[in-house]
Amino acid sequence: MAVQTIFPVTRIHEPLRVDVEVQNGKIVDAWLGAHLFRGMENMLQGRDPRDAALFTQRICGICSSAHAIAASMAQQQAFGVVPTPAGQLLTNLIFAADIIQNNLRHFYVLVLYDYVKGPDMPPYTPRPQADFRLPPKVNDELLRHAQEAALKAVRAHEAMAVFGAKAPLQQSIIPTGITERASVERLMAYSAILQEVTDWVEKYFINDVMTIGEYYQDYYHIGAGYGNFFSVGMFPSPVTGERAFKPGLVVNKGQVEPLDVNYFVEEIRYSWYKDDAGRRPPAQGVTNPDADKPEAYSWVKAPRYREMPLECGPLARGFINGDYRRGVSVMDRLVARAQETLKICKLAQGFLNEIVPNSPSYQPYTPPDAGSGVGLTDAMRGVLGHWMEYKRNKVTHYQVLTPTTWNFSPRDSRGIRGPVEQALIGTPVAEGAGLVEAGRVVRSFDPCFTCAVHMLEK
Amino acid sequence: MLTRREFLKLCMSAVLTTSLTDQLAPIMRQAFAESKLTKPPVIWLELGSCTGNSISLDNAVNPNLNQVLADMLDMRYNWLLNAAQGQQAVQALVDTVEKEAGNFWLVVEGSVMTADNGRYNNIFMRDNQMVTGLAAVREFAPKAKYIVAVGTCACFGGPSAAYPNQGGAKGVWEVIKQPVINVPGCPINPDWVTGTFSHLIMYGIPELDGYNRPKMFFGQTIHDLCQRRQQFEDGIFASFPGESGCLFKVGCKGPVTHADCPKRQWNHYVNWPVKAGAPCIGCANPGFPDSSMPFYNHLPDLQTPLGALNVKKFGLAAAGLGAAAVGAHLVTGVVAKRVGKNWLDGTVPKESEPPENLEQLKQELDDLIRQQNALISESKTLARVKAKRKLPKTFRQKVVDFFRPGQKHRR
Repeated sequence: MAVQTIFPVTRIHEPLRVDVEVQNGKIVDAWLGAHLFRGMENMLQGRDPRDAALFTQRICGICSSAHAIAASMAQQQAFGVVPTPAGQLLTNLIFAADIIQNNLRHFYVLVLYDYVKGPDMPPYTPRPQADFRLPPKVNDELLRHAQEAALKAVRAHEAMAVFGAKAPLQQSIIPTGITERASVERLMAYSAILQEVTDWVEKYFINDVMTIGEYYQDYYHIGAGYGNFFSVGMFPSPVTGERAFKPGLVVNKGQVEPLDVNYFVEEIRYSWYKDDAGRRPPAQGVTNPDADKPEAYSWVKAPRYREMPLECGPLARGFINGDYRRGVSVMDRLVARAQETLKICKLAQGFLNEIVPNSPSYQPYTPPDAGSGVGLTDAMRGVLGHWMEYKRNKVTHYQVLTPTTWNFSPRDSRGIRGPVEQALIGTPVAEGAGLVEAGRVVRSFDPCFTCAVHMLEK
Repeated sequence: MLTRREFLKLCMSAVLTTSLTDQLAPIMRQAFAESKLTKPPVIWLELGSCTGNSISLDNAVNPNLNQVLADMLDMRYNWLLNAAQGQQAVQALVDTVEKEAGNFWLVVEGSVMTADNGRYNNIFMRDNQMVTGLAAVREFAPKAKYIVAVGTCACFGGPSAAYPNQGGAKGVWEVIKQPVINVPGCPINPDWVTGTFSHLIMYGIPELDGYNRPKMFFGQTIHDLCQRRQQFEDGIFASFPGESGCLFKVGCKGPVTHADCPKRQWNHYVNWPVKAGAPCIGCANPGFPDSSMPFYNHLPDLQTPLGALNVKKFGLAAAGLGAAAVGAHLVTGVVAKRVGKNWLDGTVPKESEPPENLEQLKQELDDLIRQQNALISESKTLARVKAKRKLPKTFRQKVVDFFRPGQKHRR
């Protein structure tokens, strides 16, 4: 038995430690440990409920808009207000731009150097001792595209800032909509950038992912995991409230079933937290950090749905919406993400066409003294939920349930591995390559621990 | 190469049409090509952060990330960018610290988690030992040439250090003895970082303020530079975020926030919060976010040349007095009770029904325009009539005293 460790797993957000047990050149067991605790939800206690959207964004600088949107949904429910049509559409536009930005950066900045030889300078050197298979010409072309992609991600963030004031960490989302007006020139500005980015995504992004898939065909068979997916949907329509991406549950690559969020529970057997109950639904969660806990190996708790670990993210949404169902693997995750980016570009165009210029983008309101609300939306990397309760204009209970918590959960009380731990099983690893294959599996999930490591607090 | 004076002028210019990075990149490239400068080796540590500053810095990168990396910095360790992982990446870090001691820059993003001796944040493993962020900063800092804290978290603790701060998050300068250059912001504006880095490369440490922030970017308040400043002076206030008018009453922290957002703006001059109708939340301030919250409540006191004035007592008036030199229109406003009336009426957001059809919307708009026109003409008449009237000194004193906060506010 040989346990090998990668720490830090680079090119992901925040500290992740991966331990794998290798036998006969294959991973037979895996443990994922997240190594940062900030305790953000405890901080929301006693604060003004109107601040939730601005404050919770600080949980994550990569998908800040997703947190703002989930929080504002919770606020809307708690305050008893609904978004104005333009407000909802503009919020969708901010979110769409942020997702496009995230997906481009994930592939071209974080994932690419697993498969492509970077330029001969730090930080691309030293280079992993990996089996780089691309012919030099293809390699160079992809590097060139990576430079352009960086520029397109910048443009996508500019589009986000058109209505979001700035990016990342936009500042204009409030319950009922956004503070920026949908003037004709702003809509034009967004539209111009969107067109430019859409063209690029259509022309290069998907092709580049497919190119890598061609040379690394075995990665269509590596990193399968359980094949259990879920999503709560995203991009609500301003009129019907129906989401452009539908919610649903898929068990073992089967049919789409309805999802009931009341079945969410979280366990802490292998997480650095003290709690006698061991498992709790999010609504009653507590968090007492305990860095000395024996057996524990992560700051992430283990969320489960009817005892099942579930995977979320673009591939999950692909399965549920019928956009992508080829299979479950490292490459499938990357391809599904690229395809989804294009779909979102086109959805954004639809939102733009629906907006009546200069129609009210928000509605002034006065929050009642007390209330509670839940905000559920898919973020870039999966399901995000915010639970808020407040009395006498002070938050009494706030919880965040984030995508990476689901994907990168440690084992639960029955010893069942989290989705990524499971996906690592069976991955072949070459001697002396520094576990580059494990890194490829992990990065296909777009991990981000800035949010995951301080979830569920009371 | 630019002289330092020219450089500062460029950084502080209000008429840039592209990002600062775009302006600086060719200059830097040439300077390196002529071997006038050497690229500094950089170790970029990410601690208790949300990675927002890295993402924001990526936005500066135009034409692209690789070129700026090639043109300005020798980025040896940055786990968001390192191609290597695990042991190999740690080796690159250790080698840089050893071989470039006294030469490398230590850039820190995110706050140092100090609770339980730093165990809430491990950042890498060396010789089978987990190394905490706290230990790494303390170990590397004495060997670094410059230490730069990027983002409010690294500078002052930031959101990670908000009450009750169980992780014990602190700013870098609170845990080490070396001087730290603080570039705050949540997130940073990319120009602030590229500008500071360029200054370090070309001329060394820039002029810093009391919080060790580069004065070229943090020397003035948002309020001083704000495009809505005139509306503040005129007593035109938004009563809800998103409305036109000065956002002071709905929580803008611009008067106490030192940063140049209004002229620099964000994402290549696309927008910035106040322009988008969102109040400034003071994200570059020490003490952010606790000192700024609730975000949508206005500041309790305003510092003016006349002393601390309490805005709860008479909101805008304080503002007007702050600009006491402007005198005339302030006094007119006060005498006419226009300023005060606007202030008090708007403090509580009014309930209103959304218009049900286009007719109603049109009606509401017409009403609004009528009201505005009335206000404008009223203020014009008042300015003409009342500004001429000279007030006796004692009365002016009374006005000033009235705006002063109670005993406990006196400074």
